[in-house]
Amino acid sequence: MAGAVSALFLLDIKGRVLIWRDYRGDVTAIEAERFFTKLIEKEAALYVNRSGVGMENFDCCIVKFVFKLLQGDPQSHDPVVYDNGVTYLFIQHSNIFLMTATRQNCNAASLLFFLHRTVDVFKHYFEELEEESLRDNFVVVYELLDEIMDFGYPQYTEAKILSEFIKTDAYKMEVAQRPPMAVTNAVSWRSEGVTYKKNEVFLDVVESVNILVNSNGQIIRSDVVGALKMRTYLRCDESGCSSFLDPTFLKTVIKFCLSLGNANENRILDGMPECKLGLNDRVLLEAQGRTTKGKAIDLEDIKFHQCVRLARFENDRTISFIPPDGSFDLMTYRLSTQVKPLIWVEAQVENHSKSRIEIMVKARSQFKERSTATNVEVELPVPADATNPNVRTSMGSASYAPEKDALIWKIRSFPGGKEYMLRAEFRLPSIVDEEATPERKAPIRVKFEIPYFTVSGIQVRYLKIIEKSGYQALPWVRYITMAGEYELRLI
Amino acid sequence: MSRNDSKYFSTTKKGEIPELKEELNSQYKDKRKDAVKKVIAAMTVGKDVSSLFTDVVNCMQTENLELKKLVYLYLINYAKSQPDLAILAVNTFVKDSQDPNPLIRALAVRTMGCIRVDKITEYLCDPLQRCLKDDDPYVRKTAAICVAKLYDINAELVEDRGFLESLKDLISDNNPMVVANAVAALAEIQENNSRPIFEISSHTLSKLLTALNECTEWGQVFILDALSRYKAADAREAENIVERVTPRLQHANCAVVLSAVKMILLQMELITSTDVVRNLCKKMAPPLVTLLSAEPEIQYVALRNINLIVQRRPTILAHEIKVFFCKYNDPIYVKMEKLEIMIKLASDRNIDQVLLEFKEYATEVDVDFVRKAVRAIGRCAIKLERAAERCISVLLELIKIKVNYVVQEAIIVIKDIFRRYPNTYESIIATLCESLDTLDEPEAKASMIWIIGEYAERIDNADELLESFLESFPEEPAQVQLQLLTATVKLFLKKPTEGPQQMIQVVLNNATVETDNPDLRDRAYIYWRLLSTDPEAAKDVVLAEKPVITDDSNQLEPSLLDELLANIATLSSVYHKPPDVFVTRVLSSAQRTEDEDYVEGSETGFSDANPANGPASPPTGRQLAPASATGAPATPPSVAPLPDLLGDLMGMDNSIVPVDQPATPSGPPLHILLPASTGQGLQISAQLTRQDGQIFYSLLFENNSQVTLDGFMIQFNKNTFGLAAAGPLQVPQLQPGTSARTHLPMVTFQNMSQGPPSSLLQVAVKNNQQPVWYFNDKFSLHVFFTEDGRMERSSFLETWRSLPDSNEVSKDFPAIVIGSADATLERLAASNMFFIAKRKNANQDVFYFSSKLPKGVPFLIELTTVIGNPGVKCAIKSPSPEMSSLFFEAIETLLMG
Repeated sequence: MAGAVSALFLLDIKGRVLIWRDYRGDVTAIEAERFFTKLIEKEAALYVNRSGVGMENFDCCIVKFVFKLLQGDPQSHDPVVYDNGVTYLFIQHSNIFLMTATRQNCNAASLLFFLHRTVDVFKHYFEELEEESLRDNFVVVYELLDEIMDFGYPQYTEAKILSEFIKTDAYKMEVAQRPPMAVTNAVSWRSEGVTYKKNEVFLDVVESVNILVNSNGQIIRSDVVGALKMRTYLRCDESGCSSFLDPTFLKTVIKFCLSLGNANENRILDGMPECKLGLNDRVLLEAQGRTTKGKAIDLEDIKFHQCVRLARFENDRTISFIPPDGSFDLMTYRLSTQVKPLIWVEAQVENHSKSRIEIMVKARSQFKERSTATNVEVELPVPADATNPNVRTSMGSASYAPEKDALIWKIRSFPGGKEYMLRAEFRLPSIVDEEATPERKAPIRVKFEIPYFTVSGIQVRYLKIIEKSGYQALPWVRYITMAGEYELRLI
Repeated sequence: MSRNDSKYFSTTKKGEIPELKEELNSQYKDKRKDAVKKVIAAMTVGKDVSSLFTDVVNCMQTENLELKKLVYLYLINYAKSQPDLAILAVNTFVKDSQDPNPLIRALAVRTMGCIRVDKITEYLCDPLQRCLKDDDPYVRKTAAICVAKLYDINAELVEDRGFLESLKDLISDNNPMVVANAVAALAEIQENNSRPIFEISSHTLSKLLTALNECTEWGQVFILDALSRYKAADAREAENIVERVTPRLQHANCAVVLSAVKMILLQMELITSTDVVRNLCKKMAPPLVTLLSAEPEIQYVALRNINLIVQRRPTILAHEIKVFFCKYNDPIYVKMEKLEIMIKLASDRNIDQVLLEFKEYATEVDVDFVRKAVRAIGRCAIKLERAAERCISVLLELIKIKVNYVVQEAIIVIKDIFRRYPNTYESIIATLCESLDTLDEPEAKASMIWIIGEYAERIDNADELLESFLESFPEEPAQVQLQLLTATVKLFLKKPTEGPQQMIQVVLNNATVETDNPDLRDRAYIYWRLLSTDPEAAKDVVLAEKPVITDDSNQLEPSLLDELLANIATLSSVYHKPPDVFVTRVLSSAQRTEDEDYVEGSETGFSDANPANGPASPPTGRQLAPASATGAPATPPSVAPLPDLLGDLMGMDNSIVPVDQPATPSGPPLHILLPASTGQGLQISAQLTRQDGQIFYSLLFENNSQVTLDGFMIQFNKNTFGLAAAGPLQVPQLQPGTSARTHLPMVTFQNMSQGPPSSLLQVAVKNNQQPVWYFNDKFSLHVFFTEDGRMERSSFLETWRSLPDSNEVSKDFPAIVIGSADATLERLAASNMFFIAKRKNANQDVFYFSSKLPKGVPFLIELTTVIGNPGVKCAIKSPSPEMSSLFFEAIETLLMG
């Protein structure tokens, strides 16, 4: 059952090795590079075949294919490939590939997850993980590769703690200003430049709604994935552990042991804040004999950050933990109860003759009036060869995005119980290629955020911070709901 | 000072190495540190900086941790090539392993374990012994892994020094991460050892289960994976284990979740109480579903595993089929796996919804996915009797869309549905017949013809329909010919009228006299004999009742399933193959050097692999049922087991390993010269080889086309050495999907070309079915080296002196590394390049060889290199220096291996 990787490679988008770390000496970089460049070429060839471009332009197509990869199109090849005695497992992140090679029967789930964790570690160090940042920081990269894995066994991937003892005056790449992610929008209180002098804990309850609606308007799948994102700024009282020589290293050891969850080194843990979280979890409330009055909810499949004591949760449903410093996902949960789509979109597509297409769209908010959805974005697929858009909306603005073959309708603020309309007209070329492969039928996709609202009705009843010296700590809780994979198939 | 490390890559001036050398010996610390960074940068981009070994090692004694790590990294890379100098580092290592700072102690012992040099290993033992008992858990956890490293290099040493016992003691360590690493190390050592080393007693079990609660996520995976070997004594113990493992299902790390699922499934086999089992199944469902919200790569692993789990415990996810519905943006490899699971979970209750989904997928763009969706509908029809009618109506709707590949796929599955439910759905035959003209794939055509033959009595114009195919009989692929033959015989037996009688004459004639496919001919003769002796007996045979097929083709063997379930989360469960099929552990370090001589043998390894098939689709899962009851086309003879499995692992049907692989184990890898895409499905790979003094042209023909190919001939254009075939090309008739390998003996100096020497070999191949194919091959000069090329040392020197200096040509191969002199000498000798002598020049090795071309043209060769480092200089002297460019090409391939 045991299995370890032979080497870890960081490759550029064309499959050339940038940096690699050999853990076992039984796989060579030449072998890996040869394998991977061939894989890329083959993928490119497939892409060429599908896009119907002739083979004579092969080089040009590789360029196109690479461009497609860079745009984040999912690669189509299985992430686990066997070649000549070696299994390669890989993931892509921006313009690099992370790949492990092994000759043994490794734990594939663990390794792929490890690669994603490695991305997180690098991102923590360099902000952006790309070819350039790896080159700029190769010394740290080598140091990290030495620490996160030993002899092919994953060892330690907590970036926060790693940065305590793999220090670097790392040159951080300057990142071009990009639109912030939806999640960061929600966390608007994270304004920069504020120094926290108080002991504070921030808790964000973020729920994303995934929904799949059939072309005949039937909801065929819906679930809610929630996450409790935590940011802690709690002082750690270090008086209990002054027997070590070097105070900075001592701190490292504390953090390190702490993250290992090591209860046996309790003398070091003296002084660490202990947290207890109370939710309106029906199982817990009923066990405590409280009346639930319909406020309690059933959480399905809860997953915890490794700081939470799982055995204790299993016993009495108490969520107790010593939080790591900084931000982390305390827990995630899932609800597969049928939810009413928060924003319902109906589209009617009419082909007038062969040269004109008319789309009528109705968007309706199906939540309570006191809530308001913000940053609503409806992506409507249109034929790839459509031209001359003519759009009218009853609210918000719509723009044609030919690179996505879609019309994007943005509504900044969408209160509950409202209905808005969009009417668009496109010209189509009158000559149609009969032989053309059918177009990919894209669904309508919707993005939105609803602050101060959760679908599940989850509530944080309390967040207790227990600490020996008894300092005051303030918990802050925020709620937000947003669209996850929200797809409505067109007829 | 700029803080951007990338500047270290930028100095590429001449004389870089001496410059670095000077900087490394600078009296300023900063300068030394910068210099080491430059060295590492050079190493990263693949430059050889091994000559700086001493200078870098001199920087090792430093207080600066960053610098120390860099020097250590350098050592890991180059110690192997400079074993004698590596000793210089030992003192510092030993000293560092006693440093007051635990980070440095751990770093020293970790790095020493990575240096696979025997002399260093000896010195590793004492520090390792100390570190295993270190006060600091960080050092102990590093030492635990180091024992496994040492065991890999020198197992005896580990046993002699009692490290195994120390390692076992660490299982009781009070730090869970130390425990986890000790478990990982012990599990690995056990894996390579038949003796019991790491036995898990119930005592160990309970200790490890306690440690599980406290160690890192990765440690939890090690422990769970190791514990899955444990066999509980009885149901009660199993229940206890399960109870303590269940909380892991709540872990955020999906690997922990999957390993916990594995443990629970294994213990469940022992649990007798149905209540407990039902409860556990209920508990495992939500975490498995949540895995599908993970990153796509992890989803893929999860889906491959869920595929196995639902085969053993269908109830777990029986109500969760919706989560396997494909999302628009799922990568194709995720969609394919989801489809597979949807089929397994389809039931009478959810079939309507599932069919709606399949229908949706069947109108997608990705052809492979669409085909799979159509097949899925057919498989559901066969699996669920009550839903069969609905499935058929969906298939008919799809046929009406008239997308060519959808129609063909639908006809293939409908044929299977007829076999499953005889005399039920034949009313749709008329609809099927409408699409007859659009069929162009052999499998679809064969299926349609089978249907016509089988139901000839119900189809009014069956004879006309069959007749339309007969015209093209000789051009059809074998699969279709066989079906056509059988169908015509059926038609004749059912309707012995004049029309069919004439048809049967034509077919039998075509299938006996005018074919050289033995299968077709044999079958035709049997029919002929039957029909001419006793038509009634023929009826009994040909129209005999066929056994009803069942849907069991997608289930794995129970014993294989057991093995795979014990390997959940591992590669084995992803490939659906037992581990010994693909694990290629290199055992001793001696073998390792040879292993580095990577042979390029698997060019088709993925070039043909279809992502749709995945690397691991089990071979049995592809066809639903034999194509026909009256004898399916003969399956190609089974291929040598191991290569085939490996080939299959790559998802390719046309393994490069030919059916009749010659017994010579060193059969050279062949280069594809005519890819199937250019050759209308015919793929030719070839290479010139030399065996026992004779030159052969090794050829591999692979027929990926739809037709049988025969009558192969070959012709060579004029070339430098006048190569020509010594005899006719002997290639048997090639059925579609088969391949053949042949060794064509060659003669030299037959049709010499004029002009400068060139390694170009222009080849033309023709067969009876296709146009003439022209392709270019490049031969390597060494195949011409004769066996009598060995020279005495004295005559070598004499010849060297006698040739003018102008005849000496040299070339550098900066990228080539000679890992082991012995292996290289052996390989060169095998190509008739004979070793004469060796001398040392500073740190370089200089080798001398001789070889001879036919007609007695000698070649004197000098190779200069540093063993283990990139860069080989090759100088040759010969009476015909114009051959030197050819020679360099040859030596490059020989040295690359």
